Amino acid sequence: MNRKLLSRLLLVGVALAMLAGCGGGNGGTSGNNNQSGGSDLSNLSGELKASGASFPDAYYQEVVSAFKEKAPNANVTYNAVGSGTGKKEFGQGLTDFAGSDSLVKDSDGVAAGSFLYVPTVAAPITVSYNLSGVDKLQLSADTVAKIFQTDIKKWNDPAIAADNPGVTLPDKDITVAHRSDGSGTTNNFTRFLKAAAPSSWKLGSGDTVAWPSGTQGGEKNTGVAQIIQQSDGGIGYVDLSDATESKLAFASIKNKDGQFVQPTLEAAAAALEGAEFADDLTYNPLNAAGAASYPITSPTYLLIKSRYDDPTKATLVKAFVRYVLTDGQALAKEVNFAALPSSLQQKALAQLDKVQS
Amino acid sequence: MTTQTTQEPEQPALTGGGGGVRAERLFSRWTLATGLLVLAILALILITTTNEAWPVLRAGGFRFITERTWDPNPQTGDAVFGALSFMYGTAVSSLIALLIAVPISVGIALFLTELAPRRLGAPAVTIIDLLASVPSVVFGLWGVLVVAPALVHVYRWLNDVLGGIPLLGDVFGVPVGTGRSFMTAGVILAIMITPIITSISREVLSTVPQANKDAAYAVGATHWEMITGAVFPHSFAGLIGAVMLGLGRAMGETIAVALVIGGATAITPNIFAGGNTMAAIIVQQFGESTGLFTAALIGLGVVLFAMTIVVNLAARVVVNRAELRMRGAAG
Repeated sequence: MNRKLLSRLLLVGVALAMLAGCGGGNGGTSGNNNQSGGSDLSNLSGELKASGASFPDAYYQEVVSAFKEKAPNANVTYNAVGSGTGKKEFGQGLTDFAGSDSLVKDSDGVAAGSFLYVPTVAAPITVSYNLSGVDKLQLSADTVAKIFQTDIKKWNDPAIAADNPGVTLPDKDITVAHRSDGSGTTNNFTRFLKAAAPSSWKLGSGDTVAWPSGTQGGEKNTGVAQIIQQSDGGIGYVDLSDATESKLAFASIKNKDGQFVQPTLEAAAAALEGAEFADDLTYNPLNAAGAASYPITSPTYLLIKSRYDDPTKATLVKAFVRYVLTDGQALAKEVNFAALPSSLQQKALAQLDKVQS
Repeated sequence: MTTQTTQEPEQPALTGGGGGVRAERLFSRWTLATGLLVLAILALILITTTNEAWPVLRAGGFRFITERTWDPNPQTGDAVFGALSFMYGTAVSSLIALLIAVPISVGIALFLTELAPRRLGAPAVTIIDLLASVPSVVFGLWGVLVVAPALVHVYRWLNDVLGGIPLLGDVFGVPVGTGRSFMTAGVILAIMITPIITSISREVLSTVPQANKDAAYAVGATHWEMITGAVFPHSFAGLIGAVMLGLGRAMGETIAVALVIGGATAITPNIFAGGNTMAAIIVQQFGESTGLFTAALIGLGVVLFAMTIVVNLAARVVVNRAELRMRGAAG
């Protein structure tokens, strides 16, 4: 009895020791490169970790793998955990840079002045729908606001009919799909409604808003797309990349100049032209002026530190971000993102010169 | 200690000298420590989560559990955090799950212990245990892709048939187009908790002494009379324990429910409408939350914890009362 007990305890001890041994296997990630200024990427080596917004994830993954071909010894990973978590991890020093669709607030845990904004790409947020028999739909901002607030419950509502002269709308219930997780996409979509439909929109704006009880929440853009696909009469906001992937139909949205515009990359680029930029390069392309602008165009940024203690890290970050802003811009189109206009691209590149090490 | 016992291998430990006594003392201390450890872990979880949630509990007070609005970013004014809608969602989805799972589980357990031939019993147990090892996210994805769209038709039919009747019409209301609702969450949860309730019920039922059963048969009882007269009174407390374990899993289930319940903040009698539960909203919104919002989500965790404790205490009371009554009836 005694010996049995002891040998069992011993076994537990050995098992624990083995577990502890497993945990310690994570080696150091020291960067080691020749001090190239970023022109010759093949000399770069080291590791960069980043996390953040899921909205531009498709684009960043594309750039990361293209960068890997140019700089085989440099490892860049981007983890699409969401803007909020990305900012948090960046603030805690867990990552070398972060992706974010929204600006940094005091409560995000990133010290003001310790970082720089680098705009990378922009993309339209579509208002996608699934309504059999209707393949062309036009919506004004007020109508979108009322639909998502469930003030409008049927597809043949006079307000929708007024936006769509000549279209026969069915007597079907509207199923509103929104994000169940906190999201930069929700933030930009609700900010658009707040700006473009101030008299109708009552839910405010933010990563999470209090959606009415009759609506359905989906996880990430793909989750929202799935709800729309599953319900005849569904409508929701999805980024262009995922909406195209899911083969959804998009509504044309009435812009500031009174034109109904389809969510295309050209229309998003037009919105960027019409937007105003602050000194820190943050900008707001939502509800931008211009006849060809798509009004729900979302910006996205990389957050980089204004000072990296490790000079090799600084070199690598600069090289990667420079690649994103130059050669990487050409890749944007393939995954349904709009490249920056050249004026903004130059300003963004100038941000890199401010990085100290 | 080790040396002592190896020196005297022929001496049985029970009658041995100091070695046995010391081992006994060690054993009792060790079990006491592990017992206390469980309590300590529970207490620490409660203390730290309450501490983390304190900002929102202090600001909202009791309003945190009586308010149904959950609005982290309102148009005007401060954020409003109310847990009531999610408490309702947790209660309703778990209740539906129990209503479906308990009769099925106890039925399976009775079949396996009382009626099934031996060679059928063993494979059946293996299959049921296999169901318990399916990861919950798989149940969730299956629920979203297969179960919810399929059940919509059933919901529509039930709504057509029962929708006109007062009260019942409110419960079986107009279903949402995607089928993601309290009911779908309840169905998925029922499937998830059936294995655990079944396997514990089976263990409990198999402890009923054969003599009790034989006695019932001897006075001419049928299978069913034997079960109600001899098996249930003996195993009632254990069965309630099995149900409570299932309920605990249903209330705490996160990802599967988050996928199928529809993600709406709602209190409605309509079980075919979308809603949300405390565990689900935590996993959905925690990642992108900061400050008071994070505190509010942790506060939901505290409320869920408290709810679980209350439910378990209530179950204990039920067991105590019912045991007295059933023992009396059986006697």
